[in-house]
Amino acid sequence: MMSTHIKSLIGWAKHSSSTPADTTGGHTIARLSRIRSIGFKHLVPWILPILFLSGWQWAASAGLITHRTLPQPSQVLKAFIQLTQSGELWTHLKISFGRALLGFAIGGGLGLILGLITGISRLSEQLLDTSIQMIRNIPPLSLIPLVILWFGIDETAKLFLVAFGTVFPVYINTYHGIKSVDVQLIEMAQSYGLRGWPLFRDVILPGALPSILVGIRFGLGFAWVLLIVAETISASSGIGYLAMNAREFLQTDVVVLSILLYALLGKATDLFARHLERHWLKWHPSYQKGGA
Amino acid sequence: MKYASASNSSFGVRITLRHLARHFGSQQIFTNLSLDIEPGEWIALVGRSGCGKSTLLRLIAGLDSAQSGSIHIGHAHPAASSTQSPDIRLMFQDARLLPWKSVLANVGLGLTGNWQDKAQEALQEVGLAEHAHKWPSQLSGGQRQRVALARALIHKPHLLLLDEPLGALDALTRIEMQQLIERVWQRHRFTVILVTHDVQEAIALADRIVLLEHGRVGLDQTIPFPRPRARGSAEFAALEASILERVLSHAAGTEPVFPHPPSSIVPSTLRWAL
Repeated sequence: MMSTHIKSLIGWAKHSSSTPADTTGGHTIARLSRIRSIGFKHLVPWILPILFLSGWQWAASAGLITHRTLPQPSQVLKAFIQLTQSGELWTHLKISFGRALLGFAIGGGLGLILGLITGISRLSEQLLDTSIQMIRNIPPLSLIPLVILWFGIDETAKLFLVAFGTVFPVYINTYHGIKSVDVQLIEMAQSYGLRGWPLFRDVILPGALPSILVGIRFGLGFAWVLLIVAETISASSGIGYLAMNAREFLQTDVVVLSILLYALLGKATDLFARHLERHWLKWHPSYQKGGA
Repeated sequence: MKYASASNSSFGVRITLRHLARHFGSQQIFTNLSLDIEPGEWIALVGRSGCGKSTLLRLIAGLDSAQSGSIHIGHAHPAASSTQSPDIRLMFQDARLLPWKSVLANVGLGLTGNWQDKAQEALQEVGLAEHAHKWPSQLSGGQRQRVALARALIHKPHLLLLDEPLGALDALTRIEMQQLIERVWQRHRFTVILVTHDVQEAIALADRIVLLEHGRVGLDQTIPFPRPRARGSAEFAALEASILERVLSHAAGTEPVFPHPPSSIVPSTLRWAL
């Protein structure tokens, strides 16, 4: 049933998009380029979210969506203002953010170190890689019962889950990045007398950096996913706790607010990772002249 | 490989190759190759693909080793200091610049101390002083090769090995680059070994053309023309034609262009590649 529904949606999308594009394609392109030249291109990514929100507000206030299903966006905003004024929001936000960052720092740092070691040394690759690949295939969330037995429901449990889940994206991308550094560049650098640390610092690490940063972005995204689960299962603080607590009192506005906060926090960390990319990869052709 | 004593001058080295043999598995590259190169001489190695030109260059550069025979690289005046080994620099078909380092830092690769001024000077010599702070990806192919040349020159090499460094450039950039390397060579007088497919390039630049075939020196031809050489002249063209003929005639005997004559294809045996 589900699949037929999706198919009909796709069919509808294909059908409806083909007609206007055929008739006014040239016109649309001309208008788009004008918008871009004025400098509105920063607004374009926000068109869909704004349309979505206003549609939602209209549907909720017209009674198409009951409050038990979804609150009005304006109610979510009101909850946001109330929680901000009471200081509650800020406390929970800080705690969740701290958990995600600390967990990622431990997991990502470990992944980076392991990836560097196995990427550079053939012996440690043989020693470690098979074991790491086996542990990698354990879904982090399947560890929850064990984690609760080991650490109870306090901070360590959440940090452990986040760290465990973020080791592997960073590890794999670091390892792969080092393995894919151009051998010809290494040969050239060696012929210019670079050995050991200078060879690593000037050739291997910068060559692996694009891939390492991809791993960091994946890892940060995954850190939030794991933290949400950890916080909704067992916590006495954090955004997940805020949401679960509100559910008991049927406060759908606070629940939706928590979900939105997670989305914003995820976006914020992703922006941070992209900033790192822009800064460290400014030599890369795709990051020059603003990516154009 | 054995190095004789090297002096501090940038004067080129003498190279003596004796009875070199190198094979990869069952494939013989050289069987018994001997060659003498004078200090400051410009040698062009020509020959068909797979004749071992690049292998010979890698042997001389020390990136590969021969199964038997000897390679001797040393100065004309062995009286100079015996501690310093001759500086050998290799230029490849691709520039092999580090994309994450500025042009200036690429030129100064492997140097310590106050290398910036020297690197700027080397860039000046290849005419790229104003591009010092760009990224390699912002340069054209010819400019990148000039950066690679500056990177080699900054070490004041005694021997410059060129492995088809101009092969990927367009015709005009190629001629510019040839003139640039010739100017630099005339100023510093290091020994040059240029591997090339282009007989015209070899005649325009080299003192001597060495043709490699069947693992031996097939032809050792001194180029008598004074520099700068006019490519249009009749003698130039005649020499180019005779060397090309020599390269092609010997190869044709051993390596037929068509294994089977085209007329033997029967239409019914053809299949559409769809």
